[in-house]
Amino acid sequence: MAATPLRYLAGIAGACCAGTVLAGAPGQNALRAAGIQAEHIGWLWNLTLGLCALVFAAVVGAFLLALWRAPKDGAGRPPDLASLTRPERGIHRAVAWATGTCVVLLLLLLGADVVTSRALADLPLRNAVNIELIGHQWWWEARYRHADTSRNFTTANELHIPVGRPVVITLASNDVIHSLWIPNLQGKRDLIPGRTTLLRLRADRAGVYRGQCAEFCGLQHALMALEVTAEPDAAYEAWAAHQRQPAPPPDSDTARRGQQVFLGGTCMMCHTIQGTSAQGRLGPDLTHLAGRRTLAAGTLPNNRGYLSGWIADPHALKEGVNMPANQLPPDDLHALVSYLETLK
Amino acid sequence: MKRAMCAACAALLAGVAALAGCYREQRPVKAPPAAAGVSQPSFAASADRPAVNRYEENAYAVSQGKTYYRAYNCNGCHAAGGGDSGPPLMDGRWRYGADPASIFTTIRQGRPNGMPAFGERIPEDQIWQLVAYVRSMSGQLRPDVAPARGDTLTPGKPESRRKPQPIKAEAPPQER
Amino acid sequence: MSSDQPTYAPAQDAATLQRTWSDPPGLVGWFSAINHKTISLRFMITTFVFFLAGGVLALLMRLQLARPDNRLVSPDLYNQLFTMHGSTMMFLFAVPVMQAVAMYLVPLMIGARSVAFPRMNAFAYWIFTFGGLMLYAAFFLDIGPDVGWFAYAPLSGPQFSPGKRVDFWAQMITFTELAALMEAVILITTILKMRAPGMSLNRMPLFVWTMLVTSFMVLFAMPAVMLASTALITDRLVGTHFYNPAEGGDVVLWQHLFWFFGHPEVYLIFIPPLGFISSIIATFARRPVVAYPAMVLALIATAFFAFGLWVHHMFAANLPELGKTFFTAASLVIAIPTAVQIFCWIATLWSGHIAWRTPLLFVLAFFVILLLGGLTGLMLASVSLDTQLHDTFFVVAHLHYVLLGGAVFPLFGAFYYWFPKFTGRMLDERLGRWNFWLFFIGFNVAFFPMHLLGLEGMPRRIYTYPKALDWGALNLTATVGALTIGVSVLLFIVNVLRSRRHGAPAGADPWQAGTLEWSVASPPPASNFEQVPVVHGRYPLWLPPGTPDRVTGLTSEHREVLITSVVDAAPDHRLWLPSSSPWPFLCAVAVTILFIGSIFTPWAMVWAAVPVAATATVWFWPKRHMTAVRSASEVPP
Repeated sequence: MAATPLRYLAGIAGACCAGTVLAGAPGQNALRAAGIQAEHIGWLWNLTLGLCALVFAAVVGAFLLALWRAPKDGAGRPPDLASLTRPERGIHRAVAWATGTCVVLLLLLLGADVVTSRALADLPLRNAVNIELIGHQWWWEARYRHADTSRNFTTANELHIPVGRPVVITLASNDVIHSLWIPNLQGKRDLIPGRTTLLRLRADRAGVYRGQCAEFCGLQHALMALEVTAEPDAAYEAWAAHQRQPAPPPDSDTARRGQQVFLGGTCMMCHTIQGTSAQGRLGPDLTHLAGRRTLAAGTLPNNRGYLSGWIADPHALKEGVNMPANQLPPDDLHALVSYLETLK
Repeated sequence: MKRAMCAACAALLAGVAALAGCYREQRPVKAPPAAAGVSQPSFAASADRPAVNRYEENAYAVSQGKTYYRAYNCNGCHAAGGGDSGPPLMDGRWRYGADPASIFTTIRQGRPNGMPAFGERIPEDQIWQLVAYVRSMSGQLRPDVAPARGDTLTPGKPESRRKPQPIKAEAPPQER
Repeated sequence: MSSDQPTYAPAQDAATLQRTWSDPPGLVGWFSAINHKTISLRFMITTFVFFLAGGVLALLMRLQLARPDNRLVSPDLYNQLFTMHGSTMMFLFAVPVMQAVAMYLVPLMIGARSVAFPRMNAFAYWIFTFGGLMLYAAFFLDIGPDVGWFAYAPLSGPQFSPGKRVDFWAQMITFTELAALMEAVILITTILKMRAPGMSLNRMPLFVWTMLVTSFMVLFAMPAVMLASTALITDRLVGTHFYNPAEGGDVVLWQHLFWFFGHPEVYLIFIPPLGFISSIIATFARRPVVAYPAMVLALIATAFFAFGLWVHHMFAANLPELGKTFFTAASLVIAIPTAVQIFCWIATLWSGHIAWRTPLLFVLAFFVILLLGGLTGLMLASVSLDTQLHDTFFVVAHLHYVLLGGAVFPLFGAFYYWFPKFTGRMLDERLGRWNFWLFFIGFNVAFFPMHLLGLEGMPRRIYTYPKALDWGALNLTATVGALTIGVSVLLFIVNVLRSRRHGAPAGADPWQAGTLEWSVASPPPASNFEQVPVVHGRYPLWLPPGTPDRVTGLTSEHREVLITSVVDAAPDHRLWLPSSSPWPFLCAVAVTILFIGSIFTPWAMVWAAVPVAATATVWFWPKRHMTAVRSASEVPP
């Protein structure tokens, strides 16, 4: 969108009203567009905000003016009934003009909305990255799809996307209605069981952006976040190539013991680690767990302490998840965590 | 007088609702006291080993059991209760005992004739929830606790609408 | 002359009239009461108690959200809190309180002695109360619903909400919507058939117009939610597949059915206060409201358009884009009739003489708060913008601005305005101003920051949020504002309790207003009017008396009312309304048992139908004696 003077003014109005400046990353802020789709919506926001602010000022101004200039001697005064017999043409005309102005402004808003919708739908899709995102209670399963199916891979809760290339996300749900919302990049779209929905976006600035489920989906709806790392195309391709690799065999005795704990116990019933016999599909894919920044769908930082606590008793950190507590002997837990730390 | 009436009405309503069960609605449920005497393997229920699985009074736990039934692929052998390579679970015929303790042992330690042992693979808590669900498949649970229809293809009546099947012990098949 | 024959002496005997129309005393009399003012006061008090309960729930939610990573309240309890808060405010407070106030005022404003179906009115009150009590009993036992007031399938379906929590919620809907439908039928019939002679449709007070329009909307909107919730109940109880995609159902069906009701619902809440505002502005600007025909047409247009907006709650679902844009256009268009009304009121104030009183203050807040809420509504109307703002705290801010600004502030104004009529005493002006300013300031401090929170990425219905996102300061501000609102509501309660005993005596017409309710004593006698008035224009009390002035010939020994024609209110015939009876209460108890039983078993529909049929039969069974007396009173034309 060209930077017209109106947009500039609307932008100033928007910035003034935008309030507090956010510090801290990763961003989760609709006012800080980092991609073309969010920018289109941001343009519409600025225009709408400007128009609505003008209308608000005008109407409240007229209202306050009316209160200020009307005599305040109403108490006990006999009512003025002139309007019951004589029509008040002047007043009717004023009301009609004001209403007509509103109609024009509403048409303007409608036009701006149609223009924005068109712009959002016109995202060029050449060389797109295709991701199939499946919502679960309360985590995100991401399957990267490629025309050459040998290049498909699965991850969970953290996406990487290339800057400047469109991303087509196909949305499905395993259980209830969820909603994918990455405010810096695009508006939200629901994940509806029994239907497939679609979201198209493109990141135009590198960074880490946080998204969150935006449709109430049960007990831990509040803790169902997802991180999107937008990086230059070369870095993205390197990441994707690495994700396609199975997990390397463990290199130390502790890690080997940890792998035995993983494969010999309950973990492998639900989780997948490519390259091992663990092919469970109920929980997140852990093949490259150690490369993620967070655990439990954006709830916890991914470090040894939190990982151990999560494995030992996830319900203390995120009550009600399907993952059970694991009362492992301390040595086994230590070994398991050491093994998981090798899954870069 | 009016106030006394209002208080009485409220108390009566509360009492009725309390009878309807608070434990039924708790979620998520902390692990209940387990049934009695399940560390011994058992191949038959007997009158001197009554077993109570408190999960059978909690709707959330039974519904979790239903989730695990699908998740751990019990329907791979037992289908949705009608049986396939494994015996049916929605009828009243039980080879190794119909009480919760026996079913727990069945799942945890396996049984002859093909039932695998899941004790190393499924945490005990989840096995108890599975036990409660399995018993609901033959209508042994209260209708307000048993699961209603799932959001899936639904063969037959939901568990909450099944009549309790009379329990009959059945000898396990002979190996030839 | 036999003692059974009614007398038609020209001078009405006020004492006889009072005796005829009063409800019997004592405990049985309390359950048998059907006088519309008695039922309405009970209704108003009950809905206000629910309002306070909903407010306390909101305060608990705000305390939980005041700090990041707070664990004051568990996730399960928080989900129950916002479900109960929404359900209470929407189903148990906002719509019923408007119907309750209307039930008191409409007969008085139209010159009628009663509402059209007084026993059904009582039945509706009991059904509503039992439904609300059932929901709260469930909540206090920790078995309250936890799926949001909108209860989207499949989260609210049998697989993902096991147990009976959601069933209590769905059955509460059945209770409250049955009550609302009955109240709507009563109001429509009363307004169309019982107006005083001479009060043609274009002389009706604007508040009566709003209630007529609202009641028609109820008739069309409530069945949608009853259908939706009944389908949910059968899905959960007997295994139907309305919302099961695997067997041919559709989860989006729930959203369509619910929002087809849900959007008109907010207009059910918003339109009656438009009537409050018209009444109060006319009185305190000392002139009739500008452009009466435009105001009426604006109301009717709003009601029609309100049914064409519902998909704007579903813009994040995968519906066709062209279809969604239609609903954007409709959502923008509905601003026009409201704009007309706002401009007409501003014109009324501009050309009037203002009397600064507390009722007017509350109504003036509308012009700032509702206006801002309406403008954020226009923002949400656009599909693209809504995809960023939907299901965030921006929507929470918007809905509270329109609902509190558009309904609750005018409702408080209405309480301050009509409290003298209900009780015969004035509310304290000074406490009223403290009440108002604390409410106004607290409201804006609580809800304005939520616009920013939504834009900064905070979704709705989350029990906590991480520290790193820097939402803590705005959330804390909102909590402080919410607590201020709590204090202001406490002041209101103090004002009411003190003024009931010690308020200045009001007299019949303390505000020198123009509509008929101010022509009778405060509080009004049981029969409302000693003699039914004849109306010669809008604002009858401001006009010089016309001739004829009063209706004569109605007996005072039986509950006789005058039925008039729909458009011109020409006298048509006389009707005898039934006497007080405990059977509406008993029938309501039987229906309650049926509804609550059917939460647990479908057989309750069969067995519990027997006492319902029995009590209803006794209720409707005509009394031979009364039929004979009434037939004997008929005079050939």
